[in-house]
Amino acid sequence: MHLLFLICLPFISAVVVAAISRLGRSQAVWLAGITPLLSLLCLFPLAKTPFTGHTLIQRVNWLSAVGLDLVFYLDGLSLLFVLLILGIGFLIVLYASYYLPQQDRLGRFYAYLLLFMGSMLGIVLAGNLIQLLICWELTSLTSFLLVSYGYEREEARTGARMALTVTGAGGLALLGGFLLLGHIAGSFELAVILAAGDTIRAHPLYLPMLLLILLGVFTKSAQVPFHFWLPSAMAAPTPASAYLHSATMVKAGVFLLARLFPALSGTPEWAWLVGGTGLLTLLLGAFFALFQHDIKGLLAYSTVSHLGLITLLFGIGTPLAAVAGVFHIINHATFKASLFMAAGVIDHETGSRDMRQINGLWSYMPYTGVLAMVASAAMAGVPLLNGFLSKEMFFAETVDATTHLHLGWLLPAVVTLAGMFAVAYSLRFIHDVFFNGEPIGLGKTPHEPPRWMKAPMEVLVVLCLVVGIFPALTVEPLLNVAVTGVLQGPPPEYNLAIWHGFTPALWMSLLALVGGGWLYSGRRPLFAFYERYLERIEAKVLYEGLLQRLFALAGVLTRWFDTGSLQRLLVVTISAFLVLGVAGFIGAAMPLTGPRGLLPVDGMSLLATMILLATAIATVILHRQRLVALVLIGVVGLVTTLIFIKFSAPDLALTQLSVEVVTVVLLLLALYFLPQHSPLESAPVQRIGHGLLAVVAGGGAAALAWAVLTRPYDTIAGYFLANSVPGGGGANVVNVILVDFRGYDTLGEISVLALAALGIYAMLERLHLDSPTRDADGRLWDGELHPAIMATLARLLLPLALLVSVYIFLRGHNRPGGGFIAGLITAVALITQYLANGVGWTHARLPWNMHLLIGLGLLIAAFTGLASLGLGYPFLTSTFGHLHWPLVGDFELASAMAFDLGVYLVVVGATLLILIHLGLIHQNRLPKDGGWAKGSVQSTDKR
Amino acid sequence: MELLIVLIIGVLTACGVYLTLRGRTFPVVLGLTFLSYAVNLFLFAMGRLTVGQPAIIDPRAAAYADPVPQALVLTAIVIGFAMTAFVIVLALKARAELGNDHVDGRPAP
Repeated sequence: MHLLFLICLPFISAVVVAAISRLGRSQAVWLAGITPLLSLLCLFPLAKTPFTGHTLIQRVNWLSAVGLDLVFYLDGLSLLFVLLILGIGFLIVLYASYYLPQQDRLGRFYAYLLLFMGSMLGIVLAGNLIQLLICWELTSLTSFLLVSYGYEREEARTGARMALTVTGAGGLALLGGFLLLGHIAGSFELAVILAAGDTIRAHPLYLPMLLLILLGVFTKSAQVPFHFWLPSAMAAPTPASAYLHSATMVKAGVFLLARLFPALSGTPEWAWLVGGTGLLTLLLGAFFALFQHDIKGLLAYSTVSHLGLITLLFGIGTPLAAVAGVFHIINHATFKASLFMAAGVIDHETGSRDMRQINGLWSYMPYTGVLAMVASAAMAGVPLLNGFLSKEMFFAETVDATTHLHLGWLLPAVVTLAGMFAVAYSLRFIHDVFFNGEPIGLGKTPHEPPRWMKAPMEVLVVLCLVVGIFPALTVEPLLNVAVTGVLQGPPPEYNLAIWHGFTPALWMSLLALVGGGWLYSGRRPLFAFYERYLERIEAKVLYEGLLQRLFALAGVLTRWFDTGSLQRLLVVTISAFLVLGVAGFIGAAMPLTGPRGLLPVDGMSLLATMILLATAIATVILHRQRLVALVLIGVVGLVTTLIFIKFSAPDLALTQLSVEVVTVVLLLLALYFLPQHSPLESAPVQRIGHGLLAVVAGGGAAALAWAVLTRPYDTIAGYFLANSVPGGGGANVVNVILVDFRGYDTLGEISVLALAALGIYAMLERLHLDSPTRDADGRLWDGELHPAIMATLARLLLPLALLVSVYIFLRGHNRPGGGFIAGLITAVALITQYLANGVGWTHARLPWNMHLLIGLGLLIAAFTGLASLGLGYPFLTSTFGHLHWPLVGDFELASAMAFDLGVYLVVVGATLLILIHLGLIHQNRLPKDGGWAKGSVQSTDKR
Repeated sequence: MELLIVLIIGVLTACGVYLTLRGRTFPVVLGLTFLSYAVNLFLFAMGRLTVGQPAIIDPRAAAYADPVPQALVLTAIVIGFAMTAFVIVLALKARAELGNDHVDGRPAP
């Protein structure tokens, strides 16, 4: 069984669940529930490898060229996390089906949950850092979706956004850290990195790398000062909180600490950064938890505190501390998930989460009360429960780590204080919710939840008890392999027992229990103090202020840059390019002119150049008289055609010539609806500025062209020239490149053409423009719209033009021509009919649907490609043969010709679609009686 | 000869830049047309200039012009047309919706 399958299963299942939830709620529940069970089943045969002390590494080729493969890594640590993710995931699926309202189809929730599950599995099974990072980001995204599940509520959106911003920023830092780590270790593969600890720690980049990675870890695991997103994320549906914020998402950070423990730990930097942050988080989390009135808020701060505890343990860095850390990961996941579920039950049954309202639930739901009590006793660290064991190990480690230090008593003292607060908030959770009087102002009478809603809690609470009473029988083997994975070596000697004698740790536990009770009983002055001085001091406020300032800054920048003036934006953009380009020119060591020999100038070329330059400059000078400018720019296009003829590009010349005709017709049609003159708008200073900018830009382009043209070069043309006839069956290399060698590009290009045409069609639909009745000089338009001579000539020309286009099309593979050019010629021939005879007349005789033509062309082109794929060749491979055609002679038939036919149809369809619909607006605007389209004379009022 | 082409590219670019900086849509479309001429010629010139040697395989030909930039420019010309058409129709749409042909869609003062 492949680990890749294990990771993919939830992703596949997510899509299916989303689809089948339409059929009904229960189908979604069943499929979502079966998925983690099936994954566990798949895991079963693989799970024995870690237990034999080995690591299972599987790889799939991915980006081998850059040394990246998909690597899957299953050791004890991964195994532990996979079990947590799948096991608790299953319980959550069951729980959520009762928690979420009956009218919710659950498809969306389960799809998000399964996507999240898959991403988490991807993190813990990743065998290289890049893969780990991708899944890390995926958990941020999917948890965003889960937290914002009830997106109609403001707090859900804010909470989700905050979680995404903080963890996303951390993910960016983590990427930087991973890149550095990969650079230091010489590989992104986990196996290499874990074995290179000494090299990594001695490297000069160790500290920046460590800082970046820890930023990722601390944001994900909600460590102070990044902890504030976790309480805000409590807007998530409670099943999601129970999953993400107890067992999985927030554990991803401490998982990474454990995963990279052999590679990164063991330096003073590690101890201070990780240990210090952990200690601070432990204490502050426990302190703030006591004062929350929202049950989930209390649990969230408690989670922050417990994550701090685990972080502190990894910061201490001894093998025994690592044992305690891993053990607490397991224990915290079990008791906190069940407590979140209990909070969900209470919320579900009372309609409130405010502990000032919900009191005395003991008489309404004693069963849930017992479960919650056991779980919170585990949270407080009461003996005979799992939380006690790991907490005592934790206390013991803080004592051992500091006995020989100056002021060494400080750490045990602070953690005992944190332990006292933990006991106090656990007590509050029980006392405030289940006792302490009667409920106040609840909308409904609470009662016990349905049978199966309690089942997931029961399972977890039983685990708390069993592990707490018989640790050696239950959890020890799993803990052993997990620790082996963390340390990449045999676990240290430790003794999982309830009774270790009268050790300092025991006294600390007792002190915490007694002190916690004392703190809670004397809570009133504490609460008053908190509400008076501390309630408003929150990292969240700081974050929001920072965010608002960032937005304000972005607003100022945007308003400065984008004043709503296109001219200004263009000036800035073009100037920026010019500055960059000029900077490049100035810094260059090479002369502008290269050694290549130049072609001699002949008189004809000189004349053509002069015409082109004169008309171009005249266009600019006369551009405010739009019709004149349009005529002049047509001349520029025609001379460009001559340039292509001169310099051995007949295909380009033919294309440019026909495009020129179509473009001028198009612009003429459009100009009819626009003012005939441009007003003098810009101030003289502005025009001079624009002129200067234009001259510099032109000079830059010219200099660049000069530098290139005077230098020799190597071309890749040799291959195409050599293979055109034998490989493509055509002598016209340009055409063979288009339809054969680079046919895939051409397919893309005709798709763009088709899309542009359809876009234009969409824009012209329902477009209402006023047609001017007089021309620019105030004269009425000539009534004789379709002069008889022109109409007659155009009709005569049509068959000839079509014949030419067929000829151009057929010979295109060997002589200048081809689908593009033939298509344009056909389009011109047909447009001439529209111009000469009117849209109505022509439309009646040419009732083709141009959309159909475009679609057909694209289909033919794509099908030609698929056909070669079907015959076992790469997409768009062409073949050719010779046919003898009576009278005509030998005739070559290439499959590329079918492709070219597709090109031809798309070009004809797109060009006509654009021009006909533009022409149709003219027709629509005319009065019903005697429009242009009917070819009749509308007005006899000639000048 | 190269100097002439360079001159043409430079002048076409300058005309294009100046016209795209105008305040009304029609000159901007003309400017974009100029820029596409300039860019197409520039791209074409990357294959250097050759006279009388089209890239059509012939046993008698001594050398050929570089067909690669030509193939690129051919599709660029057609797509340039599609783009011009799109922009001019956009200008018509703006005229219809906003009642003026200013590039920022604001009425003339």
